Amino acid sequence: MSELLKYPGESSNNDLTPDGKAAAHTRRVFLFKLAVGLNVLVGAVLAVPLVGYIISPSLKKGSRTGAWIKIGDVNEFPAGETRLVSFRSPVAVFDDGQTGDIPCWVRHISGRKFQVFAINCAHLGCPVRWFAQAKLFLCPCHGGAYYEDGARAAGPPERGLFLYKHRLVGDSLVIHAGDMPTLATQASCKGDPLVQIQPANAASVTVTTANATESTSWQA
Amino acid sequence: MASLKERGTVAGLKAYHWIEFRLGLVKPLSEAAQHPTPADNASWWYVFGSAATVLLMLQVVTGILLALVYAPTANSAWTSLNVLNHNIPLGWYIRAVHGWGSNFMVAVVLIHMVQVFMFGSYKFPRELTWMVGVGLLLLTLGMAFTGQVMRFDQDAYWGLGIGASIASRVPFIGAPLVHLILGGPILGGPTLARFFTLHVFVIPGLLLAGVGVHVFMVLRHGVSEWPMPGRIVRKSTYVREYHELTEKTGIPFVPDAAWKDAVFAAAILFTVMAFAFFFGPFGPNGQPDPTIIQTAPKPDFIFLWIYAVLAFLPPAIETPTMLVVPVVGIAALLLLPIFASEGERHWSRRPVAVLTVSVIAVTLGIFTRLGTYTPWSPIMDAWTSDAVPPAYLHNRTPLEREGAIVLQNKQCRNCHELDGVGGLRGPELDSVATRLTENELIRQVLQGGGNMPAYGDALNPSETKALVSFLMTLRGKNLQPAVDASQTIVHDTQFHLPEPASSPQPRHGP
Repeated sequence: MSELLKYPGESSNNDLTPDGKAAAHTRRVFLFKLAVGLNVLVGAVLAVPLVGYIISPSLKKGSRTGAWIKIGDVNEFPAGETRLVSFRSPVAVFDDGQTGDIPCWVRHISGRKFQVFAINCAHLGCPVRWFAQAKLFLCPCHGGAYYEDGARAAGPPERGLFLYKHRLVGDSLVIHAGDMPTLATQASCKGDPLVQIQPANAASVTVTTANATESTSWQA
Repeated sequence: MASLKERGTVAGLKAYHWIEFRLGLVKPLSEAAQHPTPADNASWWYVFGSAATVLLMLQVVTGILLALVYAPTANSAWTSLNVLNHNIPLGWYIRAVHGWGSNFMVAVVLIHMVQVFMFGSYKFPRELTWMVGVGLLLLTLGMAFTGQVMRFDQDAYWGLGIGASIASRVPFIGAPLVHLILGGPILGGPTLARFFTLHVFVIPGLLLAGVGVHVFMVLRHGVSEWPMPGRIVRKSTYVREYHELTEKTGIPFVPDAAWKDAVFAAAILFTVMAFAFFFGPFGPNGQPDPTIIQTAPKPDFIFLWIYAVLAFLPPAIETPTMLVVPVVGIAALLLLPIFASEGERHWSRRPVAVLTVSVIAVTLGIFTRLGTYTPWSPIMDAWTSDAVPPAYLHNRTPLEREGAIVLQNKQCRNCHELDGVGGLRGPELDSVATRLTENELIRQVLQGGGNMPAYGDALNPSETKALVSFLMTLRGKNLQPAVDASQTIVHDTQFHLPEPASSPQPRHGP
């Protein structure tokens, strides 16, 4: 043991090649392997916070993001018309700036019946525009078209417009806003493949089922 | 004085030796630079790789300069770009050089790749060099996309939305993937921060390391010799043949071959500088405010073809195409040298290779061209800005003229041309009455079909009547109106009773 620990200059096996020395120094080889293993272990432990930090935005449950917010009073929306409304996203963070202001289309059908559509085309998320005379939503990117109830009319979208959950509290129209609407959120809405941006989660939420019959035709 | 000069030279040499003894890099690097290369590849066709590297250096330098001012937060990125454009002396020029340098870098990298493919230079023993090159191409495109996001304007905002929407189509992990890309539930500050990190730290790091490996392998295997028809690459003999060729015809890479690289590098740098000077920086266009929806987002030039393809895919195969085709395409590029590592290199003996490049080039060209004028998109303001041509209203009845008003008012023009003005989404209407009869027009307008929405809910009966009577006047240059052949037959059958069965009378349509 003692001779292997000698300073290399005084070692008795100077005639060996470095590889040969390494082979002879089984204890050092063992210690080196141990140290490598130690680093793998430390690295694995370190990876947990590093990876967790990066993927943390994906870990929050989609249904728990967002909140109910008021977007206006009932009397601001004339019956039979569809209007553009913007709201400050309840999930906006400190440096979102203008990007935290989200527009949506509010359709007042009649009485206390409303529909609130996301601005994002169901094809690739571009902002759809409402054309009141043609009673169509048109998308500027790839020409997706939707009827006034949000149902797919023409173009590349495979479904109707995304709908926000909404309810009337007194005379206030409130919607549940959170995630940017994409097809993935739709996929997580089991049983209602239509439109809900958020899956219906709690019994306390009363969703206005204004167009239950119309909506079946949306799944073209 | 001469002695002073001599002493200076001696002192300089001494300093060099002092450094080189400790550093030990100058000698091996200059030896590598002067390595012998076959004289036949000292060609103007072999300059694109070095030009791409020079452009990368330009991008690194100008990128660092831009980072001095640019503020990577959703709140102030757009403002900082305008400050760069207008308030910082020469800020506009640095932005312009960085933007044009990006376009030129993508172009030169693609040309380099096509040249290597057409010359068969990816074959043995340079397969891995090609694979690393494919990675460098993808990283370059990654820089171009993330760079487009750095120009944080309307196009960047909605372009990110398109990216997230594509990601959302990935099965099972769509939602987490969208959140991972956006850095949160919505597109905003964390999104820009993520793309800034990719654009400034992650991808450039990988790119520089990849270029190092790529160049190291080029030096290790030598620059491929000029391909000759009939000179076959065989794994058993290629290395020996290459070394024989190098020994026989070899010239030092620097300076005998590299002067052309240097000239081309200077030319391309100067071209970028000139483009930047004359055409200026790219954007930013409108501020990234999603509530401003009067916008028609478009990606940068090199991604226009993807934008066009996404307009044409039928809904049913769109998601599989988006997710599968890129994987297959990249895998094909990576595996190409594995399956074609031997054989002919010269293009005249590789018709499939020539055909492949031609078809891909023409396809990309066509889709890019379509992407520049987006015939599939409605023209949002055509209904108020493009009037019905007066000639179409001459000698028309009041009802027909009322129909022209309905046509404008119901925004038909957003998708339909009259006299060459209007949207291209649907067919032009100048000669619609020669294609459809009155009944067919009514049905088409009310029920839609063939990618036209139904207007039954948007038109009352009198509007429909007026609209169709106007459309019935649109017969091009006074062509015959469309007729319904079946009606004539019905008419015939009703008014000319068929003869007895013994002598059947042939019936003719019009």
